Amino acid sequence: MSSDTAATSAAAKPVAAQYLQGLADDALVYAQRLGEWISRGPQIEEDMALANVGLDLLGQARVLLTRVGELDGTGRSEDDLAYFRDEREYRNVHLVEQERGDFGFEMARLLWFSAYQCELYAALRSSADEILAGVAAKALKEVTYHQDHAAQWVVRLGDGTEESHRRMHDALVAVQPYVAELFEDDPASSAAAEAGVGVLPSSLGEAVSARVAAVVEEATLSLPEPSRWRSRGGRDGIHSRPLGYLLAEMQHIARSHPGATW
Amino acid sequence: MTSSTVAQAISDIPDPEVPVITIQDLGILRHLEVDEARHHVAVTITPTYSGCPAMEAIERTIRHEAGRAGYTCEVRTRLSPAWTTDWMTERGRERLREFGIAPPGIAPTPGAGAVALTLQRRVVACPQCGSTDTEEIARFGSTACKALRRCRSCREPFDEFKAL
Repeated sequence: MSSDTAATSAAAKPVAAQYLQGLADDALVYAQRLGEWISRGPQIEEDMALANVGLDLLGQARVLLTRVGELDGTGRSEDDLAYFRDEREYRNVHLVEQERGDFGFEMARLLWFSAYQCELYAALRSSADEILAGVAAKALKEVTYHQDHAAQWVVRLGDGTEESHRRMHDALVAVQPYVAELFEDDPASSAAAEAGVGVLPSSLGEAVSARVAAVVEEATLSLPEPSRWRSRGGRDGIHSRPLGYLLAEMQHIARSHPGATW
Repeated sequence: MTSSTVAQAISDIPDPEVPVITIQDLGILRHLEVDEARHHVAVTITPTYSGCPAMEAIERTIRHEAGRAGYTCEVRTRLSPAWTTDWMTERGRERLREFGIAPPGIAPTPGAGAVALTLQRRVVACPQCGSTDTEEIARFGSTACKALRRCRSCREPFDEFKAL
């Protein structure tokens, strides 16, 4: 693995690669989680909806990972990066790796994540990296639809029956500890922002929260108080227990049969 | 085979998931250049959605058609500017309607604006009977680019090509 060589080169490329890796891993890991809903949704339409959301994210991840392999100088393919990196090399936030909860939890998670991606991609349309700018412009349309979908469910459930209201509330509480990490600057994002490639995560927090707050209010719910503990470390490759299992499932075929094609 | 024939053969390739519409009418064929001297075709396509699984099949078919006409071929995928349903031709829209799929309306402008809580009704005409008294059943249909609706007049369900 020649990532060390790339990291020592002076250009902005290695920094951009690290930054894009985080964005790609968020999309890839969440795509894998969303795929788990197939045959588990409350109705077949929702199986398809979440599979389609996941497919959009997978498409974003594929282009971003391919770009990472170019930027870091290793020439690794999207498949090399997806299937042959270990847990500690994944740079996604903890929010997307958490186990699938009930449907309310998924809608709370999707609302936060898609609102975050809306603001993120809107800003990245003017990235100095042309590939990233292209992905952002394309993906913004997709994640706007995801957010709309999540928002409709949060409103329906929050402003629904007593039970759905209670469970949607519980879901927002359960997701809350993982939200702050989305808006935490790390060395890669700071350097990427400096180079005009990326955007500072901390600059997105307010707008994303406003998006979520508007939906939550419409849903007759309220945002929970910030939790006393919060997730951290995903961008440094420090993960929670569920990621290892997710990667084992996602990677085992490629690793059991190296070089296999289908 | 003349260059216009190979160009036509490529332009007429049907979309694998919605075969009534060609890749040209769908607006995903962005550029096609035939180099007669080198017997070479350069093609640029753009995906409808980032994860659209049809892209690889489309690329294969383009290579196949070019090869069949005796041309070498280069297929590029371009992401930017992002595809929009506004690029769909009138002929393409008409074909969709005849096939029972409601063609897309005008694409929304994506942006960093507030959340649009679109529980409101868009006006979509039923491709079977033309009635505008229709309702959404599911926001994601059989492919990434479609939603599922139902006509309240003729009671038939139908696919809607989502405006993007």
